[in-house]
Amino acid sequence: MLRELLYALAGFLQTFGQLQLFFLRLVAATPRAIWRRFPLIVQQVHNTGALSLPIIITSAFFVGGVLGLQGYDNLSRFGSEDALGVFVALSLMKELGPVVTALLFAGRAGTALASEIGLMRATDQLSAMEMMAVDPIRRVVMPRFLGGVIAMPLLAAIFSAVAIFGAYMVGVVLMGVDLGAFWAQMRESVELADIMEGVVKSVVFGVAASLLAVFEGYNALPTAEGVGRATTRTVVISSIAVLVLDFMITAVLM
Amino acid sequence: MQQTRAVEISTGLFVFLGFAALFFLITQTTTIGGYVQDDTYEVTARFQNVGSLKVRSPVSMAGVTIGRVSSIEFDPRRLDAVVTMRIENRYDQIPEDSDASILTAGLLGSQYVGLQPGGSDMYLEDGSEVLFTQSAVVLENLIGKFLVNMGSGDDE
Repeated sequence: MLRELLYALAGFLQTFGQLQLFFLRLVAATPRAIWRRFPLIVQQVHNTGALSLPIIITSAFFVGGVLGLQGYDNLSRFGSEDALGVFVALSLMKELGPVVTALLFAGRAGTALASEIGLMRATDQLSAMEMMAVDPIRRVVMPRFLGGVIAMPLLAAIFSAVAIFGAYMVGVVLMGVDLGAFWAQMRESVELADIMEGVVKSVVFGVAASLLAVFEGYNALPTAEGVGRATTRTVVISSIAVLVLDFMITAVLM
Repeated sequence: MQQTRAVEISTGLFVFLGFAALFFLITQTTTIGGYVQDDTYEVTARFQNVGSLKVRSPVSMAGVTIGRVSSIEFDPRRLDAVVTMRIENRYDQIPEDSDASILTAGLLGSQYVGLQPGGSDMYLEDGSEVLFTQSAVVLENLIGKFLVNMGSGDDE
């Protein structure tokens, strides 16, 4: 029993170590590749970022709307509906924007990255590249990783902006919160540091989610089942990683 | 070729949209945007207690925001708080003997500095000090006084 536990722990540490080394390889490959592989990176920003826009914008609008409704309901019990703007803006920019975007990003873009790279592995495309003396890390993995890292903060910013608009539609237009109070109190209370906290979070989540996706894909077992499992693991592990990291960053930045 | 072009255009649009959203958040949800430091003049005021007044809290006169608090410091020699305010240059005819008080917007609102006009012909200018001030009302003190009064009332 104890021995099995130790083996499991060793296995976990091994995977964790592999992940760190993989990350270092990616970082080492990045500076030179940025110029030489620029079109590939643009292509991946398109895949992970631009193609995620529909899901991000739709979810953002409804998350903002729900925040508007719930916030209105809760705040009106204290007779301070006017604080709705502050409530919505702060919870979105500091917390919900980056976290929900990262979860959606892991589901929409992370799975695509993992299964794509995993399928390349399963169909021996990665080995073929190695045979032609093309480093698959530089040619395949690095652009996808960087694309995700670039796309994620932008997606989170779009999410927050659209969600504030959604909350505005529900709170001001539907429930009748005063328009001036909504914006004025928001402006009074939101600091640049709050926005920066959200940006820091979204960058960290972008790195974590993209890294886990390409790592799982690259190390997938070269079978149909292996690719499927890598895709599932990507979503599960990225979601947990995002939530744990969120707690840690919030605790540090408080 | 046509397809790469479409990809590049939509990527560019996406990146542009992302930065536009960030710009929107920074300028529209905070007070940083629209606050130009250049055309303002500085006025100080001393308060016994500033309550929860913060840097960038509004300074208002007749309910209109005419400037912002730029710094709040404690003066260790006179044991009071020095509040520095930046008032927009276009409001340069505020009587010198106006008085400043720290007020609260609504029951749970944030605190701000309210200026009540005096009657002097001299106007506040850069570096001058508002002499008549009224500190923030601290709720605990108010309740304390109220309780003391109640207690003495019972004795009679």
